Amino acid sequence: MSVTATDPGSSVESSPRSSRGPRRGWRSAGTWFGAVIVGIAAFCAIFAPLLVPHDPFAQDLGKRLLVPFWMDGSNPEHLLGTDQLGRDYLSRLIWGCRISMLIGVTVSFVSGLIGITLGVIGGFLGGRADDAVLFAITTRLSLPVVLVALAVVGLLGSSMTLLVITLGLLLWDRFAVVSRATTMQVRNLDYVAAAWCAGCSRFRILTREVLPNIASHLVVVATLEIALAILLEAALSFLGLGVPPPLPSWGLMIAEAKDYMFFSPWIIMIPGVALFVLVLGINLLGDGLRDQFGARTAP
Amino acid sequence: MLRFLARRLIVALLVVATVMTLAFILTRLSGDLAVSIAGPSATQADVDAVRKAYGLDRPLLIQFFDWAGRAVTGDLGESYFFKTRVATLIGERMPVTLTLGLTGLVIALAVSLPLGILAAVRENTAFDRIVQVVALLGQAMPSFWLGLLLMILFGLKLGWLPISGTDSWESYIMPGVVLAFSAIPALTRLTRAGMIQAMGSDYIRTARAKGLSRASILLKHALRNAAIPVVAIAAVQLGFMLGGSIVIEQVFALHGVGFLAWESIAKNDFPVVQSVVLVLAAIYVLLTMLADLMNAVLDPRLRGA
Amino acid sequence: MTALLEVDRLQVQFGATAAVRGASLSVARGETHCLVGESGCGKSVTALAVMNLLARGGERKAERLAFEGEDLLKLSERGMARLRGNAMAMIFQEPMTSLNPAYTVGSQMTEVLRRHKGASQRAATDRAADLLARVGITAPGLRLGQFPHQLSGGLRQRVMIAMALMCEPKLLIADEPTTALDVTVQAQILRLLAGLQRDLGLGLLLITHDLGIVARVATRVSVMYAGEVVESAPTAELFAQPRHPYTQGLLRCVPVPGKIQRDQPLGAIRGTVPRVGHGFAGCAFRERCDFADETCQRTIPRHSAGATHDYLCRLPA
Ligand SMILES: Nc1ncnc2c1ncn2[C@@H]1O[C@H](COP(=O)(O)OP(=O)(O)OP(=O)(O)O)[C@@H](O)[C@H]1O
Ligand SMILES: [Mg+2]
Repeated sequence: MSVTATDPGSSVESSPRSSRGPRRGWRSAGTWFGAVIVGIAAFCAIFAPLLVPHDPFAQDLGKRLLVPFWMDGSNPEHLLGTDQLGRDYLSRLIWGCRISMLIGVTVSFVSGLIGITLGVIGGFLGGRADDAVLFAITTRLSLPVVLVALAVVGLLGSSMTLLVITLGLLLWDRFAVVSRATTMQVRNLDYVAAAWCAGCSRFRILTREVLPNIASHLVVVATLEIALAILLEAALSFLGLGVPPPLPSWGLMIAEAKDYMFFSPWIIMIPGVALFVLVLGINLLGDGLRDQFGARTAP
Repeated sequence: MLRFLARRLIVALLVVATVMTLAFILTRLSGDLAVSIAGPSATQADVDAVRKAYGLDRPLLIQFFDWAGRAVTGDLGESYFFKTRVATLIGERMPVTLTLGLTGLVIALAVSLPLGILAAVRENTAFDRIVQVVALLGQAMPSFWLGLLLMILFGLKLGWLPISGTDSWESYIMPGVVLAFSAIPALTRLTRAGMIQAMGSDYIRTARAKGLSRASILLKHALRNAAIPVVAIAAVQLGFMLGGSIVIEQVFALHGVGFLAWESIAKNDFPVVQSVVLVLAAIYVLLTMLADLMNAVLDPRLRGA
Repeated sequence: MTALLEVDRLQVQFGATAAVRGASLSVARGETHCLVGESGCGKSVTALAVMNLLARGGERKAERLAFEGEDLLKLSERGMARLRGNAMAMIFQEPMTSLNPAYTVGSQMTEVLRRHKGASQRAATDRAADLLARVGITAPGLRLGQFPHQLSGGLRQRVMIAMALMCEPKLLIADEPTTALDVTVQAQILRLLAGLQRDLGLGLLLITHDLGIVARVATRVSVMYAGEVVESAPTAELFAQPRHPYTQGLLRCVPVPGKIQRDQPLGAIRGTVPRVGHGFAGCAFRERCDFADETCQRTIPRHSAGATHDYLCRLPA
């Protein structure tokens, strides 16, 4: 006849462990890093005319290919040196940031307009309309973006407006996919169904119930699209069919510097690193926002 | 299944037809083609002659159906600049682009499958986080810039690899790596997510309850199910790589279809431009259909009873 | 002679949740040991902890966890894999999702035998067909070539049972093998398991809600409540003289053993299961118990009411 004491919890360590997963949303360093980069880039873009130490377009053939400050023989007047035409590299870099951001934001706006309209129509109406939207998305995905954009700009001549419209017409697919899926979800929610019953007009349901609910998803897509548009603009400018020279797009700066890169690699490093860091920052911010919204919408 | 296939085929044909129309419209955007073909120093008589010779004097709709009708039979017209059949021209250049695309895909899969699997197995460890950071870095890397950097490093400084041309298989390594870079983030993330989902599933618990080896659990039971979305994305990515190879071919002076398109755009050689757009779109459509078929092989539920 | 399976004061935690809090039980060779208790009391977690198949984040601890005298706590994952599916097998609560959708029934069944016994594909297929017939599946040859999605829930559960039997295990853990199935199939499968247990002489740890089945097939019953085994006794004794108030509550809805109504839900006991977290002491049932007093807040002794009957309550035998 034994009497043994059961003492639950004695040998189990008593400190409740916090969740061991990686930090997400605003708690993650990556999101903050992204936000800071995007903040700096936005600042440079808006105030570029005030920030540039020199005229980014002024050539000075006497001061060609000056090296940046960390190398021997640099000129303190030109912190990042000068390019093959003697233009101040730092000024061109700042101006290039303005162009990248401008293109990224406007393209994302145009493509957002197209994509969200299509996606919401498809998701909200369903049926034939939805089939048509799906077909449009499939067709759009089958088009080679770089090639079509190059062809348009090549045939019509390069200008910023044309570039923005072309890229906007080509990059709406993700907006459409996401807004279509989320609209479908929201449509089936109880309170939207209640609005249907209460006899609200379709337009009212769309603007009052559906759009506010899918907005957070669209902000995330928009950041990722901005990054994509910036990369594509750089690639097109690099191929000589993007932003028209002498505008200092980072892609164009890399293209112009290509002939000198074997002798002075810094000349392609500077705009390349800028491009890389900016796109990385935007992506980090986008990922962070997604996690943040995801965490909030989860029960 | 048959109905599904038929529907799929009809949609594919419709997509190709739409792309044809778009490609046709695209090349007429620039206004009077005859003027640009005849060149800046041409007289009005020359332009008229060109217009007649190329059939540009006919109504647009007739021109379109003429082109489309021939394209369906494989006749893509004649290049204004190269003065050869467009189909022949694309046929000559296609092997370079396909080799490049496939090299890129193989490298991308060889990197992202193991990385994704390991990251999933070690979920939330330092390794997993490093893989995710690498994927983010890869996503932000401008491909043409990466190409130039590799050229400086491996071509010039180390002298290991040729920096341009297509003389040997080594010429494809650098461009292949650059191309792979664009696909690696998506493939790695998808592999990781698929594996995490599979590893947490009931059938993996069953596999463990059966005492199977770790390799068999991971590679036979989990990967087979995780691979289904990966196959679809791999096909899509190969399509994107073929479309995006225009940049890489330019950087590494590879004379593939992308390079051809770039030359033709510069020369207003619109039959070539519209044909390349059409061919690349058709390849993309074919690839997605192929992915569907492969998924039916991988997932018996898709095969139907 | 040592028991086939010995579990002594098993504890399982998922982060801050204590899913199992010092549960003890043992299964002897050739006996059917039933584990009963209401939903969420930790039955499945106990079974999974024995097999070392806990989901991510589950940590197990125990004074002793032994199979045929071999300490499972010290066994490596590799050593454990040699036992699993071989000498000890488990059938899960979720028949619909427990088979891999990508492989045929045949390939999933034969791989167990090939892995543990090095059997040829041919021999393994023969045995699989044999076992499918034995668990009452007609046309086993056809079923072997089919994929899980082509089978109904009842068939899948039968396949799971047959698969668990491939290597003639000494211990079979069946976790509510019937809850996901409809009533007619439930009875068939439980009868099948009881029959197999008799014929093959294996130790069966059967987790169930159905006291009718318990009364008919169990040699011994353990009652779980909030992560603890609150009472354990031979079946007849438990039904005749339940000691723990919770067991008494459970049995109140069952008139007489042997004449029980099938498929009766577990007893209507007032209140609900409390959340027992860190630092919880005393009896977890006290809030719902008619006999509770202030001593129930302290550590509760385990009393014996005979050589094979013990329970966890302050009330004396
Ligand atoms: N993977 C897990 N993560 C966190 N907690 C878990 C996990 N699995 C089980 N639990 C917790 O352990 C407790 C016991 O769960 P268990 O599945 O063992 O119950 P059960 O007795 O089998 O119930 P049922 O009769 O419904 O199957 C539950 O309350 C649950 O909260
Ligand atoms: Mg359970």
